[in-house]
Amino acid sequence: MLKIKELHASVEGKEILKGLDLEVNAGEVHAIMGPNGSGKSTLGNVIAGREGYEVTRGEVAYQGKNLLELEPEERACEGVFLAFQYPVEIPGVNNTYFLRAALNAQRKHRGEEPLDSVGFLRLVRERLEVLHIGDELLHRAVNEGFSGGEKKRNEIFQMAVLEPKLAILDETDSGLDIDALKAVAEGVNQLRSPERAIILVTHYQRLLEYIKPDRVHVLSEGRIVASGGPELALKLEEQGYTWLEDGGIAELEQAAV
Amino acid sequence: MSTESGTIEKRLGQKYRHGFVTDIDADTVPPGLSEDVIALISAKKNEPQWLLDWRLEAYRHWLTMEQPDWARLDIEPIDFQAISYFSAPKSDKDRPQSLDEVDPKLLETYDKLGVPLHERARLAGVAVDAVFDSVSVGTTFKKELARAGVIFCSFSEAVEEHPDLVRQYLGSVVPQRDNFFAALNSAVFTDGSFVFIPRGVRCPMELSTYFRINALNTGQFERTLIIAEAGSHVSYLEGCTAPMRDENQLHAAVVELVALESANIKYSTVQNWYPGDEEGKGGIYNFVTKRGMCKEADSRISWTQVETGSAITWKYPSCILRGENSVGEFYSVALTNNYQQADTGTKMIHIGKNTRSTIISKGISAGRGQNAYRGLVKVLPTAANARNFTQCDSMLIGKHCGAHTFPYIEVKNPTAKVEHEATTSRIGEDQLFYCLQRGISEEDAVSMIVDGFCKQVFRELPMEFAVEAKALLEVSLEGAVG
Repeated sequence: MLKIKELHASVEGKEILKGLDLEVNAGEVHAIMGPNGSGKSTLGNVIAGREGYEVTRGEVAYQGKNLLELEPEERACEGVFLAFQYPVEIPGVNNTYFLRAALNAQRKHRGEEPLDSVGFLRLVRERLEVLHIGDELLHRAVNEGFSGGEKKRNEIFQMAVLEPKLAILDETDSGLDIDALKAVAEGVNQLRSPERAIILVTHYQRLLEYIKPDRVHVLSEGRIVASGGPELALKLEEQGYTWLEDGGIAELEQAAV
Repeated sequence: MSTESGTIEKRLGQKYRHGFVTDIDADTVPPGLSEDVIALISAKKNEPQWLLDWRLEAYRHWLTMEQPDWARLDIEPIDFQAISYFSAPKSDKDRPQSLDEVDPKLLETYDKLGVPLHERARLAGVAVDAVFDSVSVGTTFKKELARAGVIFCSFSEAVEEHPDLVRQYLGSVVPQRDNFFAALNSAVFTDGSFVFIPRGVRCPMELSTYFRINALNTGQFERTLIIAEAGSHVSYLEGCTAPMRDENQLHAAVVELVALESANIKYSTVQNWYPGDEEGKGGIYNFVTKRGMCKEADSRISWTQVETGSAITWKYPSCILRGENSVGEFYSVALTNNYQQADTGTKMIHIGKNTRSTIISKGISAGRGQNAYRGLVKVLPTAANARNFTQCDSMLIGKHCGAHTFPYIEVKNPTAKVEHEATTSRIGEDQLFYCLQRGISEEDAVSMIVDGFCKQVFRELPMEFAVEAKALLEVSLEGAVG
């Protein structure tokens, strides 16, 4: 579904991604771990097409298309979803209204009729139930005054309604207490499906106790330096990221050979 | 980010939609201002001597005044002798007795403007008094209103039919000598609207006036007077447009509101005067004095304004809270784009005990627009327990615009409580990307974000006008962000 080759990307002239390779298939959950500043969030932003993230080299193929040629909203309509590390507040814009506008924009892109408010509300209720989220989020403005946990849950809720093909969760676990973390993880697990690929970008192994990834990748200084199964995440947790710099990369490469 | 400014400019190039000129035979007084011109205007309107005297007194005082320069505005000098102070469509000589007699071309004009003068008015339940250049051309729903005892007519008609009321209240809130432009208006005002709501009456429909400046080199100096007797309610809306002209045109209006005991006046403005072109050429100078007096206890005056037009907007709809427990409110959205400038805000003067005021101001600046909020909250020693809450938010779109906030607070009573909150935000690149990432187009995202920003004000507008205001803002802002 997603094939990234030799990706180089800069922000404000500074190269952050330095030759990143990654391949993710439908139905898989991949975790990308790495220390602060390794380029984790940059990867998500480049895939989503955020302005200011300049791709200088490499390819990103999504469902056989060159993703880099598409506008951010086209990527979204093609099924690329980014759950934000810091979901943005839009004062005065009702959450339900926002989500319906998004869904209908995506439906229009697919050549489908817009959902009327009745149909939309039915869909929303159904998703809320699956995710065990109360409907109080519906009546508020987009993320305005939400707690950290509410914001992250709202991201998962949006994902559930929009049903993307490729979802990137950018540090969705950060700043959550254990109950909120469990709730978010449960939501993500509900959305695992053979047609959907999920990339979890995270600093901590903690999240992976609740969402079992198929693959774990270690990102360091803009490149994937190691890939493996869930056991790799445990190893990182044990040793800490400084271990990477202290010869851990060599050790991992050794192990991979 | 390099694409941003390109897209901004492209989409900011939205053309003014009401910029047509109506080709009508007009009876226009030659440019120039003198006692003779004032006498001529007064004579054309068959005014009583007291009113002519009142005008002349204002004029004589105006001659001693200087145009103020304290606002954060860059104003080209105005040649007051180059302006024509009276322009009436010719057919007005035999004043139309009903709408059927109104020049069809005029009606067409209002049609283009979307003024619901005919059946549309009936459907919308709106009574419209339409002022074209200097005279009022027809008032709908007069009979229905008369049944409720409501007087809603042009100012000239009020002078003829209800001289005592006019004489009692004219200048009682905004005196002739109040300020430079108010004095000028007092000398030369040509028409406007008059509303009287008798004791205990809840006005059965929204009242509405549409103003349009059509003739070249004409100033528009209308005067509106609304009197709400004890226990009455009225909601009044004015809308404004003008054709595209290269020259600046002056609009110096005065609005006076009087609320007696427990009366409630809601005054809403959707102002879309021609803002000038992309280079800042032409456009209306909108220098207006609006003030309401909560004269008696428990009265309430609420100003709501959506200001998207005019080259320069200079106005401070204000409330004098004299009656005990009276309430003043000011809700404002002011948008400046291209080279538009706005210096607008309000004054809340707390005199009576337990008076309360709320100020919600939303300034949006785009292009090279400059937007200043200027507000005064004054609590006099008599105003025990006075309360004010002010919230003043600015949104910047693009990199060349400016937002400025000048709050003045004077509190002379220790029991008063005054709160002021202010924020300035650039239309979030973050917010925009968040919307795009969900599949929403840039254009829809911008109008969604701006609409959300203005929500507190829009919800104060009567329903049908809230829709209009929202649409107007969308047009004025299309593509303001890239």
